[in-house]
Amino acid sequence: MQLHTLWFVILAVLWVGFFVLEGFDFGVGALHAVLGRDDTERRVAINTIGPWWDGNEVWLVVAGAGTFAAFPGWYATMFSALYLALLLVLAALMVRGVAFEFRGKSDDPRWRATWTWCMTLGGILIPLLIGVGLGDLLVGLPIDARHEFTGGFLDLLTPYGLWTGLTLLGLCLLHGATFLKLRTDGDLRARAGIAARPLGWAAIGLVVGFVVWTRIVNGHTQVPGPVEVLALIAVVFAALLAAGDRDGWAFTASAIAIAAVVGSLFIDLYPHVMVSSTSAAYDLTVANSAAGHYGLVVMSIVTAIFLPLVLLYQGWSFYVFRARVSAAGRPRSPGSAASPAAP
Amino acid sequence: MTNDLARWQFATTSIYHFLFVPLTIGLSFLVAILQTAWHKGGDEDHRRLTRFFGTLLLINVAVGVVTGLVQEFEFGMNWSTYSRYVGGVFGAPLAMEGLAAFFLESTFLGLWLFGWGRLPRRVHLACIWAVAVGTMLSAMFIMVANSWMQHPVGYRLNGHGEPELSNVAALFTNPTFLWGYVHVLLASLITGALLMLAVAAWHLRREREVPAFKKAAQLSVVVLLPTIVLTMFVGSELGVVETRYQPMKIAAAEAQWESCEPCSFSLFQIGGGKNDQTPSQIIEIPRLLSVLATNSVSGGVTGLNQLQREYEKKYGPGNYVPDVFIQYWSMRIMAYLATLVLLLALWGGWLLHRGRLHRSRLFLGLSIWAVVTPFLMNTAGWMLTENGRQPWIVQGLMKTVNANSPAVGATEVWISLGVFVALYIALGAAEAVLMVRYGRKGLEPAGGEPGPPGPLAPGETTPLPALTY
Repeated sequence: MQLHTLWFVILAVLWVGFFVLEGFDFGVGALHAVLGRDDTERRVAINTIGPWWDGNEVWLVVAGAGTFAAFPGWYATMFSALYLALLLVLAALMVRGVAFEFRGKSDDPRWRATWTWCMTLGGILIPLLIGVGLGDLLVGLPIDARHEFTGGFLDLLTPYGLWTGLTLLGLCLLHGATFLKLRTDGDLRARAGIAARPLGWAAIGLVVGFVVWTRIVNGHTQVPGPVEVLALIAVVFAALLAAGDRDGWAFTASAIAIAAVVGSLFIDLYPHVMVSSTSAAYDLTVANSAAGHYGLVVMSIVTAIFLPLVLLYQGWSFYVFRARVSAAGRPRSPGSAASPAAP
Repeated sequence: MTNDLARWQFATTSIYHFLFVPLTIGLSFLVAILQTAWHKGGDEDHRRLTRFFGTLLLINVAVGVVTGLVQEFEFGMNWSTYSRYVGGVFGAPLAMEGLAAFFLESTFLGLWLFGWGRLPRRVHLACIWAVAVGTMLSAMFIMVANSWMQHPVGYRLNGHGEPELSNVAALFTNPTFLWGYVHVLLASLITGALLMLAVAAWHLRREREVPAFKKAAQLSVVVLLPTIVLTMFVGSELGVVETRYQPMKIAAAEAQWESCEPCSFSLFQIGGGKNDQTPSQIIEIPRLLSVLATNSVSGGVTGLNQLQREYEKKYGPGNYVPDVFIQYWSMRIMAYLATLVLLLALWGGWLLHRGRLHRSRLFLGLSIWAVVTPFLMNTAGWMLTENGRQPWIVQGLMKTVNANSPAVGATEVWISLGVFVALYIALGAAEAVLMVRYGRKGLEPAGGEPGPPGPLAPGETTPLPALTY
């Protein structure tokens, strides 16, 4: 395998990792105010992702920085083309990121409601917009011979991109619901199970549409590939299992579904990294946007050393906080701080 | 226009980001020291101080992390020509930062925050050290990337005339990096120590929790005194390195239009704007500039006019002189404030020696106000470094004026600048409110630490751990 292909695979893995991990954070963020009936339950929902969300988000940062290092041309075109969309993503990432730390630091109900809004909006907007961006890579944007984007903001809102965004949003919501079911107990867990049913059906519809549309966009073959088939099977299983008692399996299924959808997008994209709707001659490919050979060798070695380490300690962190977070036995008056905010 | 706006945006967002970064680095190190002291000595005050300053650290980290995301995206968004051109070299340390530092920092911060009473104490202590090391590693990779812009090394130009990485070790042994990185780390410790000192002083002046906050004040002074001395020394050496590789930067910082040998140091001047070559000198110290710039009492410094002529010969027509006013004053603000901090640290050291650190009301009162100085010094230091690199975005390779995104118009940059400024004001206000509130709060009661989970007796239930978020 050529090095730039290896780096395309590494970046695809990082994006898949980001959506599998941060996907449930987005889902929990978007659902916590709906599923949590009082402030205690909302805090319980937030605390299920508390120790991990920040580490999960780093997968996105590394995917971005890895693109910069391995495919400078791709990074330059993609980030300047998606300018206003990324501005919204950044704004949402910022308010949502501080919301975790700030929300519990004051008892004022308005203060908490503000940060709850930030978390909810962030959980919806970020996967939606990133999904639009990823869909645009495949369906194509106006890009000229110098690999510069020549369109405006409205050109980013391609129908296929929007559908991809909705698909990822739907999957993140389902993933968040199966995660909450796995990590909480009592009423909160029951409500997550109830919410998972319509979310599951919606996700099935979105994924079916995504697979069909991708086949049309990527017109080489009408037969879905194995990863797309896997996505379809997994999302059906996730929707069915979410109604039952096997929380771990439901969560596994939603994780596979989201991984397969993101993975299939990159499989379809290869060997392109950004399609030009202006002319096929202007497409950005792994070959014409990659960094030099020596740089890729260095980055491959660094990744081979550090990525396994990251998996090891992140895995350990998931193991340490595996116990369910319970609302039972906590004071329930809305807006009350269950404890003096700990560091 | 678009280029200027993009520059304003980068300056605004990076200066803002760097208000939080050094505090995170310095404070995580100090919190790790406090927790180690508790672990070794079992002093309950050390545990309470760890929790107290840990809260301030976390409030600060929240804004530091999210404003860092902007920096990571901004190269591609506003500076796509730059990114396309240098990504093969400049992107590598950024990707390494994510893999080697950012993951470490964020995962172990989560483990530390949620691990109180849940992880064995020794492991929990290791977590805060992993955070502290992670923040320092993070700064290392960023400084490698930044130093490459100041003094590009370890690359060769490929067939398209673009720099390609050719020697990664050279990036990490770049003299600009070595001196610059140590300078930034030390400045971060100063920032952390001065914040800790200010908070402790506020409480000591009100005679609250005197035994505990006395320990915090002592720790800050013990860290501050050697650190400020070292920072000034390292900063001065960094100046010598920069005189070698970026002579314009240092000549502009001294407003030295004509070459001199030996050179006197201007302490204060009036005028000296962009094209004012004859400012009125108020105070000058003979030979001091020679010492600062060359480590020799008779060393020469090449003047801006001569450098300009040399650069025109080498790079073609153009203005290669950075904004002299910004250079001159950012250098002095940094150095003069550092001198004041040095005096404060010496005074604190003397009071500590006499056992009166917690009683001198004047010292404590000044220490509270001294908390603004590290933020001013850090900002001034970066303005000196970055403004002094202009008109280059990468010294000698690419000019800033050619580096922005062709696909992005002025309207879009206006919008993003507006959004960032509005958000940063809101986040800054929320952070300030919380920092002040939690900084003035008392320490948590003694004896609050639940032990690590052990086997339960029959019929016993585990106490519900408090919700963290």
